[in-house]
Amino acid sequence: MKFPSTKRKVVTEATQTLTFTRRATIVGAIQGGIGAVLAGRMAWISVVENERYSLLSESNRVNLTLIPPRRGWILDRNGKPLANNRTDFRVDLIPQRVVDAEATIASLTRLLNLEREEADRIREELEKSAGFQPVQVADKLTYDQYAAVSVRLLDLPGVAPSQGFSRFYPAGASVGHLLGYVGAATAEEYKKRKDPLLITPGFKVGKDGLEKAFDEQLTGKPGAKRVEVTARGKIVRELTTRPDTPGNAMKLTIDAGLQDFAGRRLATQSGAIVVLDCANGDVLAMASMPSFDPNSFSDGISHLEWDMLSRDDHVPLRNKVLQGLYPPGSTVKPMVALALLEAGISPNDTVSCGGAIRVGNTLFHCHKRRGHGSLNMRGAIAQSCDIYFYQMAQRIGMDRIASMARRVGMGQRFDIPFPSQSYGTVPDPAWKERKYGKSWQVYDTVNATIGQGYMLINPLQMAVMAARLATGRQLMPNFIHGARRPAPQLVGVNDEHLVVIRDAMNAVVNGGGTGGAARMNIPGVMIAGKTGTAQVRRITMAERAGGVRGNASLPFKLRDHALFQGFAPFDKPRYAVGCIIEHGGHTIRNEDAPMIASDTLSYLFDPERAMEKLVTLEKGWGGTPAERQARQVASFRLAKAIERGEATASEANNATNAAAPANASATPASPDEDAADVPPPPGAEAATTP
Amino acid sequence: MSIIPQPLTQFPWRVILLLVAIATFGTLVLFSAADGSVFPWAINQAVRFCIFSGMALTLSRVPPGLFARFAFPAYGAILAALVLVELIGGVAGGSQRWINLGFMQLQPSEFMKPIIVIAVARFYALLPVGEIRRWNAIWPALVLIGLPWSLVLIQPDLGTATMILAGGITVMFLAGLPLRLFVGSGLAVAAVIPIAFSFLHDYQKKRVLIFMDPESDPLGAGYHISQSKIAIGSGGIWGKGFLQGTQSHLDYLPEGHTDFVFATMAEEWGLVGGVLLIGGFMLLFRWGLRVAMRTPDKFNRLVAAGLTTTIFFYVAINLMMVMGLAPVVGIPLPFMSYGGSSMLTVMLCIGIIMAIDRGNKRASSPRNWG
Repeated sequence: MKFPSTKRKVVTEATQTLTFTRRATIVGAIQGGIGAVLAGRMAWISVVENERYSLLSESNRVNLTLIPPRRGWILDRNGKPLANNRTDFRVDLIPQRVVDAEATIASLTRLLNLEREEADRIREELEKSAGFQPVQVADKLTYDQYAAVSVRLLDLPGVAPSQGFSRFYPAGASVGHLLGYVGAATAEEYKKRKDPLLITPGFKVGKDGLEKAFDEQLTGKPGAKRVEVTARGKIVRELTTRPDTPGNAMKLTIDAGLQDFAGRRLATQSGAIVVLDCANGDVLAMASMPSFDPNSFSDGISHLEWDMLSRDDHVPLRNKVLQGLYPPGSTVKPMVALALLEAGISPNDTVSCGGAIRVGNTLFHCHKRRGHGSLNMRGAIAQSCDIYFYQMAQRIGMDRIASMARRVGMGQRFDIPFPSQSYGTVPDPAWKERKYGKSWQVYDTVNATIGQGYMLINPLQMAVMAARLATGRQLMPNFIHGARRPAPQLVGVNDEHLVVIRDAMNAVVNGGGTGGAARMNIPGVMIAGKTGTAQVRRITMAERAGGVRGNASLPFKLRDHALFQGFAPFDKPRYAVGCIIEHGGHTIRNEDAPMIASDTLSYLFDPERAMEKLVTLEKGWGGTPAERQARQVASFRLAKAIERGEATASEANNATNAAAPANASATPASPDEDAADVPPPPGAEAATTP
Repeated sequence: MSIIPQPLTQFPWRVILLLVAIATFGTLVLFSAADGSVFPWAINQAVRFCIFSGMALTLSRVPPGLFARFAFPAYGAILAALVLVELIGGVAGGSQRWINLGFMQLQPSEFMKPIIVIAVARFYALLPVGEIRRWNAIWPALVLIGLPWSLVLIQPDLGTATMILAGGITVMFLAGLPLRLFVGSGLAVAAVIPIAFSFLHDYQKKRVLIFMDPESDPLGAGYHISQSKIAIGSGGIWGKGFLQGTQSHLDYLPEGHTDFVFATMAEEWGLVGGVLLIGGFMLLFRWGLRVAMRTPDKFNRLVAAGLTTTIFFYVAINLMMVMGLAPVVGIPLPFMSYGGSSMLTVMLCIGIIMAIDRGNKRASSPRNWG
């Protein structure tokens, strides 16, 4: 077969050898060329692009982890910590470095007193672990336990003790609503801020209260740890560590001792108390009880505890100081009296109280059925006579009273660092017209003068009202120690009128008035104040005829609120107080608003004696709030167990019975008040509208 | 006359020293790749090199005529083994490349790399001189190459198939076929590549695409090339130092002791180490081609040049791969990559070239003595 399209060339052995030599040279040249290209390519990568690839190599090798910054402390006015950071000692196991797992677990069990279940869990996790991922042995260790493990590290390969920080609130529950708590950032927060710190393990943000309001200031700058890691994420060694910068400390106006005392003094009641400094409006204490323990919230609260708190009819999850709104009741009477004086009514004008008066076609009663007889202003305030105020208020009209109410802080929204604030209402004819489209009636005025009807107030406003009546200055509540503020405006009343009011409020406590329980046993210090009772149910004509039912016989939710506002000393006011006991109903004298407010103020003058009294009282209540709450959790857990046992099968009863003796010792000691609390009947909420 | 005995002067000292140098360097790199341990790679590689060197030296004493005689039988045997592999693979399912002989895994495609060169060389040696510009000079060679090429391609092993094809074509080129043929078919192949691409397996397509743009998938299929370039690039001119490579020691570089051993080396020895190694290989190829050019016998010179080129393809494809100039095809770097079969193949090539070299010297030396 012929090769197409070629002219025949003569091919001989000699020409073929020549061709081979030529072509082998070409092959050699190509090989040399490719070799040069490869060397050139390598030079390009390693010399020209060296910087880029070195960076890439470094970013492969080095893993940067953030160290969560320590949160700034929150201090009280004297520098005592209200919230600080507790060193958190923990021990982990690095599985791939463990030589003898059984021996290691055995010695850790001995050193740390681990439970058997814990040892089993560690063993199980050790088997499942990926090698370099640490297995937690124990956290929240004491320093001694931590040290005991640390000194034996040489004999315990793979054991890694470490320390971090967790938020700690020494006062526990009594600062719960004031400071709030901290917790891990939510997914939404991270989406909004895109800060990698937010998803760093161990980093917490302020979730409520002042922790939330001052979160930015309290959060420091994170540190960074550079470690060398393998492609599979195993840490080879630490390179450099930049320490974190702790957040700034916050100094509050709160007095830590007083805050704790106030929280404890609220006893077993659902209540709130606020103490203000009359010199500048500084908030010295602000407690709402019962409360949650911010320590357990910051560690991540258990489902059970949350369930218990949200079911409690004493609403521990609500900050009653700012979110609770209550009819002020008779605590507004000194304010109304000041409006009367401003309108020109003489303090000596008298009204005769016969127990009831008719306004329109409704009969309005005094709280004293038989009447007080003839009373002047001082007597009317001291005895809290309703008839006097019904009559006098009608003379000057609602607008003047509303103006005074606003000037003493009612209905006012304060500039304070809390996420939410309910600020209530000061009703007047224009407001009613706007809100309901109805004209103001005389009985509206009558209701308002005794702090019922549309009038609502929160405990902070009540303390502010007391402070403004005491000083005649429009003090503003303040939480930041040493904050610069403009001098407060004046309430705009005659000083002589204030003297009259203060004298009358002194008579409430020390002049045979309704607040005798608030009398203070401190020489030279007399407390002035005003009691109040706010009805949460309507008393029908039929009931009135047969005798008004006593609070003690009513279900909890239907009992009256008990209130007290006041200041001390009455002649030279230094401190003002506002206190509300929800559904207190004046049933227990030492757990009623006047005595609680008075004892709390007495702590400022003689802390030792006040504390002595409180400790005695607490014995009768079943211990400190922390002890009571621990028992509450225990009995709630038992109740849940019984509930589940009934819900599932009969054999579950065995478990319940087994659990019962364990809690039996706690049950009898639990406060009777809790046990006596009958659950509110369905639909009871409907009756709470005054 | 020299006082050194003849066997010593005939002993190929220079090429042996060159190989020992390259292999020692490779063993050092494997020592580092195992985090400064002779186990498990360095020691094995060193022992293997000694054994295979002995084998090559033994082979070098075989008269070259023997290779010519066994060229076609050996080719037939390997081809049969390739078919057998394909049949076993068909039964077992998936990609099958080896026959399990019980004591070792035999990979016939590996041996086809040198055998194809010998077989095609044998064909052209047998071809009468005048026939070289006829059809008869082309189609038998194409059949010889095409059969194993297609068998290996469907395994599928793109890298080995390419090497078989390139080895055979090189011998055809050296045999003196008209130059236009190569230019023409080169252009034709360029036109056919897009069509051929569609016949590739998905993972092969992906490799080719990723090779075009490794950064498009730095954590997936492009990971090998990206990490290899990072290792080479971060080494710089002088390297990070012996045992100091982070890419290899922290496991970022995959296959750092086998196919990507050059990157492991470059990270620690830098451009200097790379250029020295490439230079060493170039000296080896120069030696091979010089032996070929000195050889009067047609078969022998084609074999010597062809086998040299086979070794060259190992080196070139591997280096292009680790530097991101070629897709990842799994061709090891001779004497550097950890592994027995590639070293065995390369040492076979070296041994045969040495035998041809020895044959030349024996033929010419008596005359020199006069």
